[in-house]
Amino acid sequence: MDGKEWVGSMTDFLLELRSEEIPARMQVKAKEDLARLFNDALAKSGLTAASVEVFATPRRLALIATGLPVATEAVSEETKGPKVGAPPQAMEGFLRKSGLSQDQLVERDGVYYAIVEKAGRQTADVLAEAIPAIIRAFPWPKSQRWGAASVSTESLRWVRPLQGIVALLSDAVVHCEIDGIVSGAETMGHRFHHSGPITIGNAGDYIEKLRAAHVLVHFSERCRIIRDGAKAAAEAAGLNLVEDEGLVIENAGLTEWPVPMLGRFNPAFLDVPQEVIQLTARVNQKYFVCHDSAGKLANAFVCTANIDAHDRGAAIVAGNEKVLAARLSDAKFFWEQDLKVALGTQAQKLAQITFHEKLGSVADKVERVAKLARWLVTKGIVTGANADAAERAARLCKADLVTGMVGEFPELQGIMGGYYARAQGESDAVADAIRDHYKPVGQGDNVSNAPVTVAVSLADKLDTLAQFFAAGMPPTGSKDPFALRRAAIGFLSLLLQNDLRCSLKDMLVATGAGNSFDTLEEFFIDRLKVQQREAGVRHDLIDAVFSLGGEDDLVRLLARVKALQAYVTTAEGANLLAAYKRAANILKAADGVDSAAPASADLVGEELALRAALDAAEPKAAAALSVEDFEGAMAALATLRAPIDAFFEGVMVNDPDQDKRAFRLGLLTRFRDAVTQVADFSKIEG
Amino acid sequence: MTKSGALIHNLDLAAYLRQWLVMSDIVPLSFQDLILTLHDYWGKQGCAILQPYDMEMGAGTFHTATTLRALGPDPWNAAFVQPSRRPTDGRYGENPNRLGAYYQYQVILKPSPPDLQELYLGSLKAIGIDPLLHDIRFVEDDWESPTLGAWGLGWEVWCDGMEVTQFTYFQQMGGFDCKPVSGELTYGLERLAMYIQNKDSIFDLVYNNATADRPAVTYGDIFRENERQMSTYHFEVADTDMLFDAFKKATAECESCLQHALPIPAYEQAIKASHIFNILQARGVISVQERASYMGRVRDLAKGSCQAWMEKNGWAV
Repeated sequence: MDGKEWVGSMTDFLLELRSEEIPARMQVKAKEDLARLFNDALAKSGLTAASVEVFATPRRLALIATGLPVATEAVSEETKGPKVGAPPQAMEGFLRKSGLSQDQLVERDGVYYAIVEKAGRQTADVLAEAIPAIIRAFPWPKSQRWGAASVSTESLRWVRPLQGIVALLSDAVVHCEIDGIVSGAETMGHRFHHSGPITIGNAGDYIEKLRAAHVLVHFSERCRIIRDGAKAAAEAAGLNLVEDEGLVIENAGLTEWPVPMLGRFNPAFLDVPQEVIQLTARVNQKYFVCHDSAGKLANAFVCTANIDAHDRGAAIVAGNEKVLAARLSDAKFFWEQDLKVALGTQAQKLAQITFHEKLGSVADKVERVAKLARWLVTKGIVTGANADAAERAARLCKADLVTGMVGEFPELQGIMGGYYARAQGESDAVADAIRDHYKPVGQGDNVSNAPVTVAVSLADKLDTLAQFFAAGMPPTGSKDPFALRRAAIGFLSLLLQNDLRCSLKDMLVATGAGNSFDTLEEFFIDRLKVQQREAGVRHDLIDAVFSLGGEDDLVRLLARVKALQAYVTTAEGANLLAAYKRAANILKAADGVDSAAPASADLVGEELALRAALDAAEPKAAAALSVEDFEGAMAALATLRAPIDAFFEGVMVNDPDQDKRAFRLGLLTRFRDAVTQVADFSKIEG
Repeated sequence: MTKSGALIHNLDLAAYLRQWLVMSDIVPLSFQDLILTLHDYWGKQGCAILQPYDMEMGAGTFHTATTLRALGPDPWNAAFVQPSRRPTDGRYGENPNRLGAYYQYQVILKPSPPDLQELYLGSLKAIGIDPLLHDIRFVEDDWESPTLGAWGLGWEVWCDGMEVTQFTYFQQMGGFDCKPVSGELTYGLERLAMYIQNKDSIFDLVYNNATADRPAVTYGDIFRENERQMSTYHFEVADTDMLFDAFKKATAECESCLQHALPIPAYEQAIKASHIFNILQARGVISVQERASYMGRVRDLAKGSCQAWMEKNGWAV
């Protein structure tokens, strides 16, 4: 067909990059990357598609673009160059860049322009260039070389060996080649349900032809089948599926034809803590677990196969049951062995585990945390806890690290300690503290309010932070190998949500890690800003209060910041801030300011009013601050707003009369200082 | 038809019959037939069927046929069983799923052929695993050996949820880029056999094929006492002073070999040091902080040997 007849008409494009199995965890991002790279390539050539849809299965990454013009339009690109009479270097540079000679430039209004006419191109040609470029630029988190071509380290890289490329614009193959892989119209169906190649006609029949070959190209369709099928399998057995969207996605990334099936395990394994069963099933085997009608963990799981087996899955279920049984019997063995050893005995082994080479063993850390937890209780910072219980919980909190179960499943640290402690007769308060002392992990995790837990958890985080900072190992840039940022956020959440009142410095000194904690205090303030961002607390206001110095009770600091924010975001507060800045600027320019400069006999009304307002506001603000009534302090400042505005309106500060000037500067100094009692307004933005 | 021709024909028929019985799940493969079938299969794919390396090692990857041959440009296709020792995994023959010594079936194909996955799946069919009856899956599992300075990308292959094979495309060995890349398959023979024979304990595996007057023996008959004694030795008896000394001597010997540009004997000393380190680990006398430094020393020996091998062959840059 003559290309010209196509101009103005629209067509669809199919791209499939078929490879060996793509890791499940990478597929969602890979879809996004493919869409982005494709759209960028189109845009660079002046093309847009009406729609772009991307697909991922374990063995293929695909894209369908609809409504693509079959050719790009001719464009005239104009680039502005140097002015007429510009230095010759500028002209030379411009000619080099544009690839033109000076007589090819166009002059308009004393400026040279380079005009490049670009003819329209066939979209197929654009795509033929774009496909290899997309493949080479693809940002896989990890990629590899393979095959004979890999004698060179420059050979093509892909997440796993790339096997084939389908590229069809309308019904025609877009011809391209990359490292010996030639594009075509043929692909493969399901690895086991379909043998031999499938020829795709065009984008329109891709999905259905693959469906006929037992491949569900739509990620979301596979997710739905797994989600609904797993639920139905559980319900058919009179159970409730424990829903888990992460598992749905993972299994969708492991299958082209998902078939959820229910299996069972020996109920004797239910003696093992349910977290262990769940973890084994979920992480090691990618199974869903089920609850019985009473909401307890049932001896059943749902696995997702990738085939419609000809015995309807009996062998697959039997095989999976056997694997899970072997894993659970290992877990049961660890559970029973660990129960025989008292946590106190296990804790002694912590002396052999290094916490950090500069910071001693885990036993050393435990000793510090125990002391600190006791201190937090006896000082009344954490109230309602028994100091002995806090110390006991701290001494046992890391003991599960040397148990067989945590050796096998490190994710269960804390949780297992809680189980062992309870089974060995520790009080609930102690067992709960052992279980929960690693929490909160990240924002959004539950923050405990159980006093013993709070004491141990705070002590643990405080110790870690103080020790690493004292040893000169703060996080730097993106590097935070000891998760100190997370520890600080956890510490702040515990402190703020439990309203724990204490000077930060006192707590840091109590860790025994040193005496100087300036960088750590600043680190805490930085973390506080991050933590409070979500709650909408402004970082500049945190600075404004913190930089006053002396305020290191973080609960009080935050209350102060919130009162400040409530005020400065009102119109009145904004005016006061503007007045403050004006006063500060005037004072900065002046020298020899004396807030006690004597008043002249002929004070004008605005001066009198401001002085009276200051006389009234200063003690009020100070009194309010002394009882932590920050709203009251703000209200006192608010009374200055009208007089200061009137003052600036009606009075010239820099009066030629030096006495008048000195008195007025004195008033402004009083005003600035009154405001600064509450917060350092110079740190406030806007 | 000549006599020998008839014999071959009969043998083929016997093989066919056995294959049919296996595929029909009537007679599962014995442990030794599993090995023989894999030998037969990979032999037909052009692999040299090698014998195990005659030293103690933790995995088939340590065999020079893998480590050293994965380096350099020459094609290399081999398959072998490697007895693998993991002293810390010993359980005195009490645990049905764990052993201190077991057998890996190792295949290495260099460069990795384009149909490596298909070849591998063919081997599963040959040992009686029907992929429309059993759920075979390639699940991401990147491989790294800190003691060999090696890594690759690939999968653990699942059969009905059980890992039966490690499938790896080597990217680096001994710190050197693999040019070209080798494909490595490591079958866990005991696991596969437990699966095929439907046994819950390794020790119940049928090892050989009974005849009318010669009964079959089990894996336990052959190896359980070995597991008991070796566990006792590794966990309780091994003379740690002697072992620390032996580690030092192996290290020194390796370095001496390297000075004489003898990469193979140097590498053998590296393997020796690695195994001694494993026993010391089982003895529980290496602390967490020392562990990394011992592993680093073994890695240096292995890397040095690989470097010397590259130089000897004229491949080193």
